[in-house]
Amino acid sequence: MMSEPLLQAVDLECERDERLLFQNLSFSIVPGTLTRVEGPNGSGKTTLLRILAGLSDAWTGQLLWCGRPRAHDRESFYRNSLYLGHRPGIKPLLTPMENLRALMAGRCPVADEVLAQALAGTGLAGYENVPCRNLSAGQQRRVALARLLIADEPLWLLDEVFTAIDAEGVKAIEALLQQRVEEGGAVLVTTHHDLQLPGMQRILLGGGQADE
Amino acid sequence: MSSAGRTLVKPIEQGVGPLSAMLAVFSRDVRVAFRQRQDLLNPLLFFVMVVTLFPLGVSPEVSFLQQSGAGILWVAALLAVLLSLDHLFRHDFDDGTLEQLVLQPQPLFLLILAKTLAHWILTGLPLVLLAPVLGVMVHLDGNSIVILCLTLLIGTPVLSLIGSIGAALTLGLRSAGVLLSLLIIPLYIPVLIFGTGTVAAAGEGASVGGYLALMGAFLVLALTLAPFAAAAALRISMSNS
Repeated sequence: MMSEPLLQAVDLECERDERLLFQNLSFSIVPGTLTRVEGPNGSGKTTLLRILAGLSDAWTGQLLWCGRPRAHDRESFYRNSLYLGHRPGIKPLLTPMENLRALMAGRCPVADEVLAQALAGTGLAGYENVPCRNLSAGQQRRVALARLLIADEPLWLLDEVFTAIDAEGVKAIEALLQQRVEEGGAVLVTTHHDLQLPGMQRILLGGGQADE
Repeated sequence: MSSAGRTLVKPIEQGVGPLSAMLAVFSRDVRVAFRQRQDLLNPLLFFVMVVTLFPLGVSPEVSFLQQSGAGILWVAALLAVLLSLDHLFRHDFDDGTLEQLVLQPQPLFLLILAKTLAHWILTGLPLVLLAPVLGVMVHLDGNSIVILCLTLLIGTPVLSLIGSIGAALTLGLRSAGVLLSLLIIPLYIPVLIFGTGTVAAAGEGASVGGYLALMGAFLVLALTLAPFAAAAALRISMSNS
């Protein structure tokens, strides 16, 4: 039943501004699981996600991608992982359509109808050609979230996906994550929202230990 | 939100080729720039203003302008490019698109090369196209104007490329402008010296082949090395932010 872990962290340690955020942190992320990183503000959730995404190099320990050190095959890692951060990656001057097209172009280009469908799926139907700066903060995040409806990457790293999203949207994202996990995707989220999905793995930060 | 009919998750073996990814980066940058045209005009206005103010501030005599006209144009173009550099990565950094760029599977230096190329086409190339008009204004003769434009055509991409390293290095800093200038100006000096030297040599009737070849060598050097340096600098800036 257990499949090979996609991403494995061994004795991860990170120090930031001369403060130890976490040490001896070990966990593995298996396809078909949802992992939630928990901890109070400033406990290093975002830092951990940036490290896992490959944005930050300020760590020691070992990160294995499909059983091999990630540094050996960064290209395959980048191709197979999707990171959504605090900043949505949306250009305010471009329309949702253009933004989504540009974001997908380097990963898996899809037809415009698929993009429009994804935008409609996040409740942005009718806004396809409005510049994003005219949209609300929540709508801008929804543009970024529309990627999740098209993305094929087996590993998703989502930082605070529920920020600025209304209650109905939160439910929809929960359902999407649930469905993704059932399809065999691996999802790692940080959130303060009380997310409860069956079989959820938790990583607790702030005390410095991982709890599986 | 629902995604109908998606198959089971499989690893992605084959990604998008570097060329189409570069094209996507390039076209997005051009599109954004044309949505914000006043930013495109800034370096051009600066260029025109400096060159027009010089005769008024120093001397409107034809002999003086003929002698120093090429230098004035080159200095003004160099500073105009320098002023526009901070925007190269800054907006992308602030809205998070740079994070997504760094995480793309294609080699980062190629994507940065596409960004730098877009920067040159949007700032350097208009300067080159405007130079003949300003050249006439400072009484340069026809031959000097041709040579001047040629040196600017080879030189301004070098300025953009070298500038991309500085812009990437100072990305995480709050007051990046001063540091960026201090880092970049010393590297611009050789380009400036050879750029104006070529025009001066042409004015004296000497052969400019050697000068142009050297400037070409600068361009090749910058084209092959600067994107690597900028990519490394960008990863460091990202890691520290």
